[in-house]
Amino acid sequence: MRPTIEFLGKNLIQQIVSEAYQILCTLGIEIHNKNVLEIFCDHGVEVDVDKNHVIFKEDIIQKALKSAPKSFKLYDVNGNETNDFSGYNVHFTPGSTSINVLDYKTKQIRKPVTDDYINYVKVVSQLEHIASQSTALIPADVHENISDSYRLFLSLLYCEKPVVTGTFTIDSFEIMKDFQLAVRGTEKALKEKPLTVFSCCPTSPLKWSDVTSQNVVDCARYSIPVEFISMPLAGFMAPVTLVGTLIQHTAETLSGIVISQLTNPGTPMLYGGSPAIFDVRFETTPMGAIETMMIDCAYNEIGKYLGLPTQAYIALSDAKQLNAQAGLESGIGATLAALAGINNISGPGMLDFESCFSIEKLVVDNEICKQVLRLVKGIEPKEDFPALPIFEELLKEKHLLISEHTRKYLREEHIFPGPVINRANRARWKEMGEFILEERAHMEVEELVNSYKPSTLAEDTKKVLINLMEKEGEKYGQTSLPDRH
Amino acid sequence: MKILKQVAEYLEKGDRERVYELTRQAIEQNVSARQILDEGLIAGMKVVGDRFRKHEIFLPEVLMAARAMNAGMDLIKPLFIKEGVTAIGKIVIGTVYGDLHDLGKNLAGVMLKGAGFDVIDLGNNVPAQKFVETAEKENATVIGMSALLTTTMMEMKNVTNLLKDKGLDKSIKTIIGGAPVSEEYAKSIGADAYAYDAASGVELVKQLV
Repeated sequence: MRPTIEFLGKNLIQQIVSEAYQILCTLGIEIHNKNVLEIFCDHGVEVDVDKNHVIFKEDIIQKALKSAPKSFKLYDVNGNETNDFSGYNVHFTPGSTSINVLDYKTKQIRKPVTDDYINYVKVVSQLEHIASQSTALIPADVHENISDSYRLFLSLLYCEKPVVTGTFTIDSFEIMKDFQLAVRGTEKALKEKPLTVFSCCPTSPLKWSDVTSQNVVDCARYSIPVEFISMPLAGFMAPVTLVGTLIQHTAETLSGIVISQLTNPGTPMLYGGSPAIFDVRFETTPMGAIETMMIDCAYNEIGKYLGLPTQAYIALSDAKQLNAQAGLESGIGATLAALAGINNISGPGMLDFESCFSIEKLVVDNEICKQVLRLVKGIEPKEDFPALPIFEELLKEKHLLISEHTRKYLREEHIFPGPVINRANRARWKEMGEFILEERAHMEVEELVNSYKPSTLAEDTKKVLINLMEKEGEKYGQTSLPDRH
Repeated sequence: MKILKQVAEYLEKGDRERVYELTRQAIEQNVSARQILDEGLIAGMKVVGDRFRKHEIFLPEVLMAARAMNAGMDLIKPLFIKEGVTAIGKIVIGTVYGDLHDLGKNLAGVMLKGAGFDVIDLGNNVPAQKFVETAEKENATVIGMSALLTTTMMEMKNVTNLLKDKGLDKSIKTIIGGAPVSEEYAKSIGADAYAYDAASGVELVKQLV
């Protein structure tokens, strides 16, 4: 039996969805983008163009929910399936878009550069339990107008895994779409085998900006999957209660689904988010708070109720260093998310309110993911009935270490963590150098960077990507790209 | 020699039947027991030990290999005397007096046997006198003691003291293991080695003999 966790129950979900409909159809949503407003006008929806305001209709929401795919898959650069977003399948992806990197040597944060990004990609490409990569860092050594596309460029050049990404401007979409077409060959091939998921964020409360709503439309036109990242802050930009926050999250997410499905019915999407409670002592948005995680798991239930695959920014921490707080918050988040069946779990590697990435933390979190993926496989009998024969063998042989039963099921029943997790007894741990977690994680990062094998993406395609990126840089006066090591 | 390479290969796979059969064939082909031991069985176990230390294989595979090693050893042992070959070494093991916990000791025994040692297992609740008497009688060069309790680990000192009293502490070495003991404790009671697990114990015993 796969273990699961539930917070809401059907009646409460129906009430929350019903209230969200009420909000959309009574108060409406602000959308600061003329193209998007026109799409609504074209579908006979009440739009106040001057006030950038749309009052939704129930039937249009229902129609959008009907056309939204119940599941979809992601494929790596070579077209191999990596992620199946359906049912209670769970996949992990690194936290995304941090403005800082935690420098292992100085223990200080700094702006990431190309070398950091490449090291990150080299590492994530080898982490077995992280199914996709994300554009986790914003390299600061390129022109800011290409800092979004440059991340995707490096990711596609160095790592075969599909990418969770997003744009910072409307203009960037074009090049980021062109990268994908270069990898897949045609629009049809890209549609058949999605390579990326674009994060598209409404602005709480109940608004869509020019850029993000346009991103939803642009992705829909090419059937590029999106994840809606509604971010209500309980007690600040959303009701303080978890249910109130869920109503707002539902309304904001439904509005995104409608924009997407009106543009191109059938566009794949993840019912996602990054809500949080608001810590009224520190004026911060703790992602590691248990209530934040409860909201995440609960909106995932709403997404499942609506028949959609889900996503959440969970399995991350607000700690400033790779310490016990980082482990406990990420571990609790990953465990709850997996039990809840959140299909795309974003977070590994991330610290400090989603603002700081640590590659060392990423390899630690990979171990958390490994354990959690074992957890959700649950407990199943395997030649355990009748029990007498194995106990007779145990009493006769005095141990079961070489029993056929042990050898057959050992690797299925037990998982073995990598070198980051130390299970040696104290004497052996001392003999191994007495390394603490942070040191072991750093050694593993170095090991992975050194053992990295280049992506098997066709060399010709890599050249096309480089050419596209160089031209994009030139548009903004960046005559050459940083050296890549 | 091809047949000895095969012995090593099947030993690495833990295939007791094949190791037995190939050892038999090697004897038939007049390959010396020494060669079968060194180039077949021990060579195979060395690979197994290395892979175990690198976590490429786990304890069950090591023990399967050890079992295959024993199958081969059973065939070549009778030839040792004829050829004047001495086994790698003989060790007396047991859980000390007052202590009935023998899981770790059993594991050490299996792994020592697997490495080619002659192992005399006295079981649990073994008085100091018995350890020493048996080692003397059997010409064992090492005594391995195990304890799980802080109350019983003191018993180990009785063994090392007895060896000293009898003037045997140079010819019979001691190694200790078990949850409550440590390198420091081994030193404090005059034991020659401390092993934190069975696999490291085998390596240490190799150095002691």
